[in-house]
Amino acid sequence: MKRSVRTVTWSAGLTCLLVAVVVVSAGLGSVWIEPTTVGMAILNAIVIPTGIAIESGSLPVVGWSVPVPGLEYAGVFSFDVSATNQVIVETLRLPRIALAATVGFSLAAAGTVMQGFFRNPLADPSIIGVSSGAAAGAVAAIAFPALIPFGGLHLAAFVGALGTAFLVYAIATEGGRTPVATLLLAGVAVQAFLGAAISYMLVYSGDDLREAVIWMMGHLHNSSWGDVAFALPISVVGVLILGGFTREMNVLLLGEEDAHHLGVNVERTKLFLLALASIITAAGVAVAGVIGFVGLVVPHIMRLIVGPDHRILLPTSALAGASFLVATDTIARLDSVSLPLGIEFGMPVVPVGIVTAALGAPFFLFLLTRREVHSV
Amino acid sequence: MTNRYGTADDEGLDARDSSETVGTVSVRNLKLSFDDVAILEDISLTVEPGEFVGFVGPNGAGKTTLLRAISGALEPDAGRVTIDGVDIHDVSSQASSRLVSVVPQDTSLSFSFPVRDVVEMGRHPHRSRFSPPTREDRDAVDRALERTRTEALADRPIDEVSGGQRQRVVLARAVAQETPALLLDEPTGSLDINHQVETLELVRELVDSGRAVCAAIHDLDLAARYCDRVVMLADGGVRRTGAPEAVLSAETLSDVFNSNAAVTENPVTGTSTVTALPAAESADFDGGRKTETHTPTDGGRKTETHTPTVPDRVHILGSGSAAVGVVARLRNADVETSLGPVPSGDIAAETARRLEIERIEAPPFDSLSESHLGELEQAISESDAVVLADVQISSGNQLVLEAVDAAEPLVVIETRSFEDRHFAGEEAKELYETCRVSALEASVERVLEAVSRATTEDVDFAGPNGRESSEPAKSTTNPTETNSPESSNPPGR
Repeated sequence: MKRSVRTVTWSAGLTCLLVAVVVVSAGLGSVWIEPTTVGMAILNAIVIPTGIAIESGSLPVVGWSVPVPGLEYAGVFSFDVSATNQVIVETLRLPRIALAATVGFSLAAAGTVMQGFFRNPLADPSIIGVSSGAAAGAVAAIAFPALIPFGGLHLAAFVGALGTAFLVYAIATEGGRTPVATLLLAGVAVQAFLGAAISYMLVYSGDDLREAVIWMMGHLHNSSWGDVAFALPISVVGVLILGGFTREMNVLLLGEEDAHHLGVNVERTKLFLLALASIITAAGVAVAGVIGFVGLVVPHIMRLIVGPDHRILLPTSALAGASFLVATDTIARLDSVSLPLGIEFGMPVVPVGIVTAALGAPFFLFLLTRREVHSV
Repeated sequence: MTNRYGTADDEGLDARDSSETVGTVSVRNLKLSFDDVAILEDISLTVEPGEFVGFVGPNGAGKTTLLRAISGALEPDAGRVTIDGVDIHDVSSQASSRLVSVVPQDTSLSFSFPVRDVVEMGRHPHRSRFSPPTREDRDAVDRALERTRTEALADRPIDEVSGGQRQRVVLARAVAQETPALLLDEPTGSLDINHQVETLELVRELVDSGRAVCAAIHDLDLAARYCDRVVMLADGGVRRTGAPEAVLSAETLSDVFNSNAAVTENPVTGTSTVTALPAAESADFDGGRKTETHTPTDGGRKTETHTPTVPDRVHILGSGSAAVGVVARLRNADVETSLGPVPSGDIAAETARRLEIERIEAPPFDSLSESHLGELEQAISESDAVVLADVQISSGNQLVLEAVDAAEPLVVIETRSFEDRHFAGEEAKELYETCRVSALEASVERVLEAVSRATTEDVDFAGPNGRESSEPAKSTTNPTETNSPESSNPPGR
């Protein structure tokens, strides 16, 4: 089969899988909602801007009421869904599911780029310290709210993540060249240092300890459409731009000198890939904390299935990562399940990171034993 | 710089074909150092289109560094490299990769891309970011696969093909790049002899289609066989450059490689063949040490008091590869040698001609004339020793044995049994046996030691028991032990 056909087929198939997982996930919970109802509720939730309306807003600090221009939205579909079900799907379940999909999409795409970039199967999206930086920023914001004046948690995590990535890159760069091995080791060293800083802050965080620890375990609860609005555009745009560099990523697999001889501007491409991968990782980590395993194992699983060619690997990994995190987060969030035919059972609510590892690792091991493993 | 390869978005270059990409590689006063250690010093050379230039020289001479500087991977401290008039260090990697392609010493190809995709990577410099491969790209890949005879492998994963095939795939990638210049770093380094020749034949075809090709080659025989010109590098500079026969001389090699080498003509390919010889066989041969080593087998006799000295002049009688081995080794030890009578056209005669050694040539299949015998007697009388190297005895030349009989220090070398070389009557056999009895028997490898001992011991130790040798029986029973300087033994010898 031609590669372009394979890419489209695989991407379409994984998109269908993602839709199916989302619909099933939105139906699951203490109240079971039929997939068709869920589908209609999701379509009902889609709105498009139709015009500009003047709303009344209040100025910050002084509190005066002033007219503020805003967009007027109108629903595209109006299926007949009960108000309760519409609220459960649109307001309670869908924000979390959409965020899980966004974060999974980002982390798996970034992991694919990092593994190819470092030609190292152990590389994950946080290899140059993005997650540690995000955690340091977030824990600082939680433990010492006074020190972080603007924006709060998300912004602190996002800035911490990108600041760390930039720092590692700057440390590893000398004379316009950034050796990958130096980058890797600088990342390890900076992560170790940040680990110490985080531990210090945790020790003195007092009552905020629990919140900080839960943030660091990775969390998708309390997700809002605002989180999605922050992370989704960054992820989608970032992955689309990365899609334009898939041939360079393939050529870089041959080694940097070969890549240079094949016309790749090696240092510029490395900087670009590193920056984009760090930005989409930071976007995901800032809203959902450190969710491990997705960015490490999903790219490996897809590489075993579709091969090492980034032109097909990058889109399929991103889509598979989205489905994977939605599915695992569904298991993580459910406290009780009620299904048709009167099946009902309770289950513990756990951080999503536990589920990703507990389910992903055995599946990965299964694939390892069934297929010959090629290096990255 | 305005040039048809100059800029990334130059539309004009899509129209050209691989066979039309020509351009001269010019290196001018190139200097390059790593951390203040000069690696290349003032190197200038030119490679014309359709020329295959081999970089040879000892390890650390700068062969690979020079290639990397030409390819643009390394920035020189001074000097410039131009290909088709474009300074390779001034343009983007995309522009330079349209001028020069590189077959590296080892490529990390440990992932399962299909062979076709690997070759397609050679088209990267010619493609724009978002466009799918053009007809031109696909044709170039097909042509490269066809030229390197890798079409059959096109759909196989690269990590599942053999080392020789893999080298052809990397070559195909470089061919698909369609550059006027091609650089190869040890293209035959890890290949078996079959694939070495196959790879270089392919390179030769590319050269003949007009590319300018440079290759670092450590195998001097292959360099001599395939290169138009050889550049001998040593200590970061060009030591000699020119046709392989001119550069690969014993003097240059011993100077540059600091070792002894015999350069002879390969009877199969007709090109120079270089045989490195161990240092112990050099002119400062430590005969005393060797003799001492063998003292126990000599029954503890007197040998330690003698330090055999290398004779000044030795005459060699014989033909074929055994005679070649003896000639090359003695000459390498600075022993003045003469050879003959030897049939014209024999490999030993050819070797002696190339090494400019005095020789008595006789027409093949003919009886020896009086003048030949006269020359032989003259040569033997001037020599300190005579070596019989696989002498063939026919009714036409048995008289030589009578001449030899008079000579005193005698070394006999037998790589083939006498019966295989005996085409005359009983009388000739007796003559030969007489010679053998008074001779020291040796293998080709130990001929220098044997002639040294024969001349030294002759003073007080000669006679029927003189046949004690370092390895008495081996030389006849184990002919494989004797190595002639040819890498491949000529057929029929």
